[in-house]
Amino acid sequence: MVPVSYHLILSGILFTIGVIGVLLRRNTIIIFMAIELMLNAVNLSFVALAHHLGSVDGQLIVLFVMAVAAAEAAVGLAIILLVFRGRETINADELNLMRW
Amino acid sequence: MEQSHVVLQAVHAVSYLRFIVLFPLLGVLFNIFVGPRLGRKAVNLVAPGVVFLSFIFSFAAFLQLPPEGALVDTVYTWITAGTLQVEVALRVDPLSATMILIVTGVGFLIHLYSTGYMAHDEDVARYFAYLNLFTAAMLLLVLGENLLLLFVGWEGVGLCSYLLIGFWYTDEEKASAGKKAFIVNRIGDAGFLLGILLLFWSLGERGIWTLSFTAIQTHAGSLAVGTVTAICLLLFVGATGKSAQIPLYVWLPDAMAGPTPVSALIHAATMVTAGVYLIARLHFLYSLAPAALTVVAVIGALTAFFAATIALVQTDIKKVLAYSTVSQLGYMFLGLGVGAYSAGVFHLMTHAFFKALLFLGAGSVIHGMSDEQDIRRMGGLKEKMPVTYGTFVVACLAIAGFPGLSGFFSKDLILEETLASAHGSVVLWLIGTVTAGVTAFYMFRLLFVAFWGETRAPHDVARHVHESPTSMTIPLVILAVLSLIGGYFTLVPFLGPVFGGHHAAHGSALVKYLPTMAGFAGIGLAYQMYVRDPGMAERLSQQYASVYELLLNKYYVDELYDRLIVRPLVSASHWLWQVWDTVVIDGTVDGTAQTVEANGLLLRLWQTGNVQAYALSFLFGAIVILGYYLW
Repeated sequence: MVPVSYHLILSGILFTIGVIGVLLRRNTIIIFMAIELMLNAVNLSFVALAHHLGSVDGQLIVLFVMAVAAAEAAVGLAIILLVFRGRETINADELNLMRW
Repeated sequence: MEQSHVVLQAVHAVSYLRFIVLFPLLGVLFNIFVGPRLGRKAVNLVAPGVVFLSFIFSFAAFLQLPPEGALVDTVYTWITAGTLQVEVALRVDPLSATMILIVTGVGFLIHLYSTGYMAHDEDVARYFAYLNLFTAAMLLLVLGENLLLLFVGWEGVGLCSYLLIGFWYTDEEKASAGKKAFIVNRIGDAGFLLGILLLFWSLGERGIWTLSFTAIQTHAGSLAVGTVTAICLLLFVGATGKSAQIPLYVWLPDAMAGPTPVSALIHAATMVTAGVYLIARLHFLYSLAPAALTVVAVIGALTAFFAATIALVQTDIKKVLAYSTVSQLGYMFLGLGVGAYSAGVFHLMTHAFFKALLFLGAGSVIHGMSDEQDIRRMGGLKEKMPVTYGTFVVACLAIAGFPGLSGFFSKDLILEETLASAHGSVVLWLIGTVTAGVTAFYMFRLLFVAFWGETRAPHDVARHVHESPTSMTIPLVILAVLSLIGGYFTLVPFLGPVFGGHHAAHGSALVKYLPTMAGFAGIGLAYQMYVRDPGMAERLSQQYASVYELLLNKYYVDELYDRLIVRPLVSASHWLWQVWDTVVIDGTVDGTAQTVEANGLLLRLWQTGNVQAYALSFLFGAIVILGYYLW
C-alpha cells in the first residue's frame, strides 16, 4: 500500500512543473499544456485523498474538473488558432496589445 | 361713485360657445399642416373664414344673451383636487360679449386685410397660423370663466405676439424686438401669477378653494383690505406688462417691427387691451381696494400724457401710432382707476375701431410707398390714395375727439367720470384734458405731414405710389364706418349688469366741452405748424432743442433701463459665465477628470501586457496567502 503522502508529493511536483512551465515558456501552446498539467496534478491529489478518506466526493470533483478542462482546451485552442491567423505568431512576448 | 356688487342671476347653459374658440384653432391646424401645400388661395380663404365663423357664433351668443344674465358653456372638468374644481368653462356676459365681438369682428377685418397686405410674402401660411392662434388665445382669454383659463389665454396671446413681432426673423433687429416684448411681458406675468396665487391662497385660507370669477366675486368681501390691495397691485403689474403702461410700456413701440396688420390687431385693438379687460373683469376686487384703484388711475393718466408727448416728435408712422396706443391705453386705465369701468371698456371698443383703422391705414400707406415708414419722406398721398386718406381722416377725427365720432363719446365719458367720481381728481382730469389736446396735435401732424403737401419721396418710389387692393380698402371702409358710429353703441347701459349701478355724470358745460376744445386747439396748432407755416416746427425744435431731444429720445427710458437693468444683468451673466461656469464649475469637473487621468498614467505602468508577468505576481500572491494561513 503506497502511503497517501507519496501521491501528494507527486501531485506537488507535477503542479510545480506546471507552474514553472506557465511562467517560463513563451510558446502559448506549451503554456497551455502546462496549465493542463497543473489541473491534472490537482486531480491526482483529489483522487488520492478520496481514496484515503474513503469518500467519493473527490472522485466526483475530478470528473467535473476533467469536463471543464476539456471545454477549456477547446476554447483555448480556438483562441490560439485565431491569434495565430491574425498575428502570425503565438509567442507570448509578442502578444502585447493590452500593454499601455 | 357707489358700486353695487351684482352677481348676474340668469345663467343659461349652452354648448356652442366652445366653437368660438375652436374655429380659429382649426384654422391653425389647417395653416400648419395643409395650408403650405394647398397654396395661397386656400390659406386666404380659410384663415379669415374661421374667424368669420367665430364672429357669427359670437354674434349669436350676443343675441341670445339673457337680460341681466350670462351664457355658460362648461366643456369639461380640468382639475379636481380636494374641494378645488377647475372647469374648462366659457362664459359670455355683457363684458365678454363686447370683447369677443371686437376680437372676432375687428380680427376678421384684419385677417381680410392681411390677405392683401401679405400678398407678396412667401410665408403666408405661417403668418396666418400665428394670427389664427392669436385669435383663439385671445378668445379663450376673454371667454374663460376662471383665472386659470384666462391665464392660459394670456400666455397664449403673449406667445403669438412674440412670434408675430419676430415674424421676419431673418432681420436681427426684428427678432430682438420680439424677444424684448416677450421678456418685458414675462416681468408683468410674474406679478400677475403672484397675484393669482395670493388671491387663491387668501381665499383658500377661508376654506374657499376656487379660481372661478363668480365664486371669487361672491366671497371677495371676506378678504382683508390689505390683502385685496396687494392682490390688485400684483394683478396690475401683469396689466402694465400686457397693456404697455408705465413702467413696462417699452416693448410696444419696438413691437412695430412686426407686419402692420399684426400691429393693428395685437398691438392696438385686442391683445394690449387684455390688461384693461383683466381689471374690468375683476372690478369687484378693485372696488374693495381704493388704494389700488388710485394707483391704476395715476399710472394710466401719467402713461397717457408721457406717451402722447413722445408721439409728438416721432417720425416713423408706426412709432407715432404705437405711442398713441400706449397713450390711449392710459386713458382706459384712467377710466378704470376712477371706478368708471364701463367708460374704460367703452373706450377700449372705440379705440379698437379707430386705432385698428389708423394702423391699417398706415399699413396701406407703407404698402403703397414700397415699405417706406418715415413720414418725412411721404407727403402728397391725399390724391394718390383717396380711400386710405379718407378713412385716415375719419380715424384722426375720432381719436382727436371730434364731436359725434366714437372717440369723442368714450374719451369725454372717461374725463367726465374722472372729475365726478369719488376716486377721481381735478389733477387727473387736467392731465387727461391736456393729453386730449396733445393727441389731436400729433395725429393731425401725422395726417398733414404724410398726406398733404408735395411728395418728398424719391422719384422711383413716388412713381409707384398706388391705392391698395380692394381686400385692404374694404376693411378700411368698414372700420371707418364703425369709427364714425361707434360712439352711439349703447355700451354703458349694456355693461350695467356687470359693473353694477350705472352712474351718469353731470359736469358743467365748460368742463364738459373743455377736452373737445383742447382737441380743436391741437388740430388748429397742427394746421398752423405743418400746413400754413411749414418751417415753424423746425424753428421750434431748434429753439427748444433740449426738450425736443428729450422727447425724440423717448425720455431716455430705454437707455435708463439699459443702464439699470439690462447691462448689470448682462455683466452679471458674463461673470457667471466666465468666472463661475468656466473657472469654478468647469475647473471642478475638468480637475476631477485630470486627477483621475494622472493617477491612471501612474497606475498603468503596472500593466506590462505580459501574461506571464501577471501569472508570476499571481503566484507570489498565492504563496503569500498560503503562507499566512499555514503559519
